[in-house]
Amino acid sequence: MKKVLKEQITQMQQLSGDVYKMTIRSEYVAANAVPGQFVNIKCGDIDVLLRRPISICDVDRKNNTFDIVFQVKGSGTGRLSCMCSGEVDMMAPLGRGFTLDPKHKNIFVVGGGIGTFPLLYLLNSSGAGEKTALLGFRTKAAVVLEDRFRAAARHVEITTDDGTYGRQAFVTELLEQRLLEQKPDIVYTCGPAIMMRRVAAIAEKHGIPCQVSMEQRMGCGIGACLVCACKTKKGEDGQGFSHVCKDGPVFWSTEVCWD
Amino acid sequence: MSNNIDLSVNIAGITFNNPVIMASGTYGFGREYGEYVDLNALGGISVKGLTLKERAGNPPPRIAETPGGILNSVGLQNPGVEAFKEHDLPFLKKYNTRIIANISGNTIEEYCKMAEILGDSEVAALELNVSCPNVKAGGMAFGTDPRLIEEITSEVKKYCRQPLIVKLSPNVGDIKIMARAAEAAGADGISLINTLLGMAIDIHRRRPILANNFGGLSGPAVKPVAVRMVYEAANAVKIPVIGMGGISNSDDAIEFLLAGATAVMVGTANFVNPTVPVEILQGLKDYMENYGLNSLKELTGALELN
Repeated sequence: MKKVLKEQITQMQQLSGDVYKMTIRSEYVAANAVPGQFVNIKCGDIDVLLRRPISICDVDRKNNTFDIVFQVKGSGTGRLSCMCSGEVDMMAPLGRGFTLDPKHKNIFVVGGGIGTFPLLYLLNSSGAGEKTALLGFRTKAAVVLEDRFRAAARHVEITTDDGTYGRQAFVTELLEQRLLEQKPDIVYTCGPAIMMRRVAAIAEKHGIPCQVSMEQRMGCGIGACLVCACKTKKGEDGQGFSHVCKDGPVFWSTEVCWD
Repeated sequence: MSNNIDLSVNIAGITFNNPVIMASGTYGFGREYGEYVDLNALGGISVKGLTLKERAGNPPPRIAETPGGILNSVGLQNPGVEAFKEHDLPFLKKYNTRIIANISGNTIEEYCKMAEILGDSEVAALELNVSCPNVKAGGMAFGTDPRLIEEITSEVKKYCRQPLIVKLSPNVGDIKIMARAAEAAGADGISLINTLLGMAIDIHRRRPILANNFGGLSGPAVKPVAVRMVYEAANAVKIPVIGMGGISNSDDAIEFLLAGATAVMVGTANFVNPTVPVEILQGLKDYMENYGLNSLKELTGALELN
């Protein structure tokens, strides 16, 4: 039987203005989490009723810890950013993660903003010989964990919308250029929906399989309440709702109805 | 001492091992929570609202968190009653818990047809959903007019082979009238409250958060309203009442029992804490032991007004 976990926070670090990294000791999560999965954390009581789903950024199996990186957006993540020690109450690991296939020798990850973080664990877990990370941020201050991405992938390129760091471009423009030079076996993406839609279209145009990590407001986090609907090409008429928490968050780009 | 405590309850001739039932729409068909809780420990499960044919449900976002509660507009996404019978009921049947089929329709005929289809199944009771705020036709439209409650209840009753529980909407002026209408038409029990119609607005986008604009409010925020309505309904009818609305712990459950409920349903609290039904049961036992109670009959309706 699965359990709601009560695990120890070992470290809390402010990475930038509103982005925090929490390290949690959990033998269970460290042993069982796959890249792309998330944890559903209790952030308060009645005042922050629902758990908050946060994706796993990286796992340290040696030390039985894992990291989550999150941006403070509202009351739940605000509370979470104030938890610097003690226990966290969570359900984890949840969801369907990225597909890792030994046949994939050359992989691309394309991340945007806070969507870049789950791609770190993916890069660290993949056995591919060639790994490229294309990471897009709004501005220089939002660029975090660059050193860890550089340690995880052979090629790391960063873009910013305002040109204050790396190349001034959208990360999707960079993807188009790189795909003219080489053809990876798979593209993984996580970030704003508009970015992922573009990444999916580019990958499909080049005939490259693509996995996307979708986001939606969640309720239970385990597939019972059916609120985190994502329109997919399932069912008889090729249109139905899958659920981000259980069927996802990772989907093949060709499964998703982007309209 | 605790060995003598009897937590079983009888609703319309059906014995439930205990009074803690999972509320429709929050527990799916039991599979997901079955990974966290022994479903045998539950008094019952009211399954995700069923319709005659499969329904895709409403577009997302389907949920908005509000102070002490959530607004949802799932829109009765479900595989349809036949698929439920074939694929989901066999799983649920394996457990020693009572299964309640919650049914919704666009027309009275659809409700009757579903009652007929479920007649030969192992569901213990039917819960007539005349109170869903998230669908255009049917749903709440039936549950806010006492004449329609009477009509639909008496019609569906003709096709029912299991006890019929009518789930009432709180979006009415006088709940007593609705409760009496259900009873007069032959309901074997009533359950309440369904969600309160609500709205939440994203002030930056100047649009409602829910794609469906409106949704149903549940969670601790609705509890005082629910307790009052359960009290009023229980005092208006002789049939058993199943109380729900924001129950998150055993104290909450006991409030509903004291107000007149024979059993309770737990919904939103499961999202926060999957083991909450087990904790509620333990708390209920402790309470009964503390007060020297042996049977829940001593609790139901034991409220004394000031």
